[in-house]
Amino acid sequence: MIAILKYNAGNIKSVQNALTRLGYESIITDNPVELMNADKVIFPGVGEASSAMRYLKERELDKTIISLKQPVLGICLGLQLMCRYSGENDTECLGIFDSDVRLFPPVDKIPHMGWNNFLTIKGDLFKGVALEDDVYYVHSYYAEISSCTSATCDYILPFSASMKSENFYATQFHPEKSAGVGEKILQNFLNL
Amino acid sequence: MLKRRIIPCLDIKDGRTVKGVNFINLRDAGDPVELAKIYVKQGADELVFLDITATIENRKALAGLVERIAAEINIPFTVGGGIDTVDDVAILIKAGADKVTVNSSAVLKPELISEIAGQFGSQCVVVAIDTKMVDDEWIVFINGGRIPTDLRTVNWARMVEELGAGEILLTSMNNDGTRLGFSIDITGEVSRNVNIPVIASGGAGSMEHFREVFFNTGCSAALAASIFHFGDITIPDLKNYLINEKINVRC
Repeated sequence: MIAILKYNAGNIKSVQNALTRLGYESIITDNPVELMNADKVIFPGVGEASSAMRYLKERELDKTIISLKQPVLGICLGLQLMCRYSGENDTECLGIFDSDVRLFPPVDKIPHMGWNNFLTIKGDLFKGVALEDDVYYVHSYYAEISSCTSATCDYILPFSASMKSENFYATQFHPEKSAGVGEKILQNFLNL
Repeated sequence: MLKRRIIPCLDIKDGRTVKGVNFINLRDAGDPVELAKIYVKQGADELVFLDITATIENRKALAGLVERIAAEINIPFTVGGGIDTVDDVAILIKAGADKVTVNSSAVLKPELISEIAGQFGSQCVVVAIDTKMVDDEWIVFINGGRIPTDLRTVNWARMVEELGAGEILLTSMNNDGTRLGFSIDITGEVSRNVNIPVIASGGAGSMEHFREVFFNTGCSAALAASIFHFGDITIPDLKNYLINEKINVRC
């Protein structure tokens, strides 16, 4: 069973719909036991960092997430909350990835919204994916490139398109909204 | 590199897709979910669903339809029409919408933009602006283009950015339904004056019109309805044409 973390962010249903289209059953839950017993956990995105972290902490879900041993996939805000710190309302995050999250400098349109390709890709999530493949982004904050970065994208500056640390994977883009390329990446995660 | 987006817009009335000519005479253009699936297959970059009667009849956008759309399609979509409160937004987001558009309600109650952005993030708030040139001045109209306001379009665009909008969907009512091309004038002016993405809307009649608006303005996306619904232009043909014209779009 795949568990999708329920918290006060949007896009949760979209992730479940994408899994259903790929033929996987999933539950949306904030129950720590269900999260710990799931084969895989998805930590979805879209929302505001400080209110999302507050919600997680009030329910001690921050501790549950950090303790997970199965493959975990953070998406968009999920990736950012798995970093150390977010500049979005000065938020201490989960500290899984050794990277900080910053607001894009205002030298081009913000948010970075739309389809963009990769500068670099490596690792299991990107099997069968090419650098020129486009995936869908919607974000104003980005994770700096660090030792956990597994894919990069260029918008205003190069940033982490995907990160990995042990069993924790994350994408800044939305695989569930990235048509066929996104389905390939989700399937790669589900195959782990 | 970030791609320019092509966005088919599905205007919804009573669960069906319609397209008004200058916002009045409505013609039936089919089932929204079936149309959405066709556009996804053809390579649309995003979809917009506007419940065009919602504001007038004070109805909420249809969460049930949103759920059906979300189940079927794997690209982002925006839903608008009749959104008055953060609670309305929560229902649509929960049903699977990626973004919402607010139009009249944002003009009447600008703090709604900040409230939605505060709760769901700026990236989910698209402020739709219907604009028309009146006495050499572009001004904002509300209630489906029926009521003029005192707001100058560029000033309102700057204000919505400050309030936390993530994107502007700018429809020129002078151009909408004419098929004579997008308004380069106001699209360019708004794009230059805000630092959030602007979607050009109203007036698409040929592939050249898309090249023109992308080449001459800083808009991030171009939206059209009837030319796609009636098959005058297909999305693959349009994208091939734009790539040949050196406009960066997703293949």
